[in-house]
Amino acid sequence: MTAPAYNFAYLDEQTKRMIRRAILKAIAIPGYQVPFASREMPMPYGWGTGGVQVTAAILGPDDILKVIDQGSDDTTNAVSIRQFFRKTAGVTTTTRTREATVIQTRHRIPETPLAEGQVLVYQVPIPEPLRFLEPRETETRRMHAHADYGLMHVKLYEDIARHGHIATTYAYPVKVDGRYVMDPSPTPKFDNPKMDNCPALQLFGAGREKRIYAIPPHTEVVSLDFEDHPFEASRTDETCALCGADDTFLDEVITDDRGGRMFVCSDTDHCETRRVTATAAPWDSEAGADHV
Amino acid sequence: MYVAVKGGEKAIASAHRLLAHERRGDPEIPELSLSQISGQLGRAVDRVMCEGSLYDRELAALAVKQACGDLIEAIFLLRAYRTTLPRFGSSEPLDTANMQVRRRISSTFKDIPGGQVLGPTFDYTHRLLDTGLEGANVDEPHLAPAPSAPLPRVTDLLGADDLIEPSPEEVPGRPVEDLTREPLEFPASRELRLQNLARGDEGFLLALGYSTQRGYGRTHPFAGEIRLGEVEVEFFAEELGFAVPLGQITVTECQMVNQFKGSATEAPRFTRGYGLTFGHSERKAMSMALVDRSLRARELGEEVKAPAQDEEFVLSHSDNVQATGFVEHLKLPHYVDFQAELGLVRRMREEVAGRQHAGDGKLQEAAE
Repeated sequence: MTAPAYNFAYLDEQTKRMIRRAILKAIAIPGYQVPFASREMPMPYGWGTGGVQVTAAILGPDDILKVIDQGSDDTTNAVSIRQFFRKTAGVTTTTRTREATVIQTRHRIPETPLAEGQVLVYQVPIPEPLRFLEPRETETRRMHAHADYGLMHVKLYEDIARHGHIATTYAYPVKVDGRYVMDPSPTPKFDNPKMDNCPALQLFGAGREKRIYAIPPHTEVVSLDFEDHPFEASRTDETCALCGADDTFLDEVITDDRGGRMFVCSDTDHCETRRVTATAAPWDSEAGADHV
Repeated sequence: MYVAVKGGEKAIASAHRLLAHERRGDPEIPELSLSQISGQLGRAVDRVMCEGSLYDRELAALAVKQACGDLIEAIFLLRAYRTTLPRFGSSEPLDTANMQVRRRISSTFKDIPGGQVLGPTFDYTHRLLDTGLEGANVDEPHLAPAPSAPLPRVTDLLGADDLIEPSPEEVPGRPVEDLTREPLEFPASRELRLQNLARGDEGFLLALGYSTQRGYGRTHPFAGEIRLGEVEVEFFAEELGFAVPLGQITVTECQMVNQFKGSATEAPRFTRGYGLTFGHSERKAMSMALVDRSLRARELGEEVKAPAQDEEFVLSHSDNVQATGFVEHLKLPHYVDFQAELGLVRRMREEVAGRQHAGDGKLQEAAE
């Protein structure tokens, strides 16, 4: 048994080329799910293997990588993936959204607006927006080919009829470039407007389901809705207990067993940056160390 | 106090250190060697090689050890290693007719050329815990001389009389499809289906095969033949112009003889289901053969109504590395999504409370 020697960013160059071809096709057909020969990765399916393969395929030695899960750089899986690329690619990593050239994310889009030249890589569990309406892949592919999205509108209508609202709060379906209905991955619908006309390239990798899709920069992304029930990017009416933000997505933290709770920014970098730059922050500053 | 964690890196490192400690167990007790695992837990190693799709006893034994005996975890370890290996090409088809047979039974004929060879089997053992097993001396086995000629396959004997459908014809020059290099698309060829089943979870295939026996897509199976032994693996080397032997591997093959089929123009004959596994894995090979036959429903003009006949259902859920990953990913934080749902439920509850407060008493369904 010889110790295995791995290529830059783990994947061999042939595999990377295969993934890049899928990415190029995905960029050429915004919102279309391109099948690709997803590899077994050294982390489990469902834990970001699609995102990791996309990141591995686009990463260069000069890139600066940020990895977040639930908006935070310090959740265990984000830490694990960041370590993986630090180890296998030796790239510089950061927690600062502005500094990063590649950001891999699970379940959030950073609050800090993304810029041209940045790439946001989403980890996607179920890429098919129609999956829970129609379990068969052969059927859903046909529906996409015919742009047959009536079923989705019926589902949203039924929500309104039953609950008075569209009862989808995350993985809220969008239409990309006026053609394909796409699953934005399980991001809260609060993040949906950030995808529209975004200057950064957005890539979506689903490893277990073997699909890659993309939103090229400056592409129209519209959340599905009805004229009399327009889409609403909802958030709680609370403010962040740490930085005072009233326009960010908040996590609820239960502080005791007597109903005590606080709300804090889910995007930890955004929250820390606000606290550091605040001239006279009245909040307790507990900004963590950099992960460079 | 803000509880959301900083210091995840340290926590992860400590958790893995603790795992290594637990894996080793009591340091007073001698450590398991890889040869002990591959020699004495051979069936576990066979399963890991089979579902890990990599024939390497030593690496599989290492995986079993590293995974603390969690076989799906071991399969995952082997797969993650396998995926990094370069691919030279495809071997020549295995010739199981030329197998050095160690075990071979047929349930369709009382006796067959070459005879029924029981070999090493749990069958007919009484499942009584053997409290004297530990440390006991093992008697030398009685070995018969190896058969001088290859044992003919039962399906070939039936095939000579055209009583069973022939094996699919080999198409010369057609490249071998590879599930691990191309994404699976539906409908899938039988070749790809068999690849999928060969690495599929033993328990999943067992349950599906069992379901066909209980009427969910019945196929009237007979175990035409199950054989275990060593076969030669050959690789056609372009630069030499002939096939060179790479070595021997142990495989278990099961050929099920199933429900016959005929038509106005064609005389009826039996159909078959096929199972092949690395190592000694009869349960898996038999289950695979049952499910293979069930998945041929459409090809054979049978109505598809049971789970075992449903290609998308079976092939999309057979892989235990995929399944365990996605089931266990529920351990990952989902608090962003949950927060969004929590917000919606609270808002809807407020609306209900508001309506109740307004005194109309009963909930109005907006529509059906």
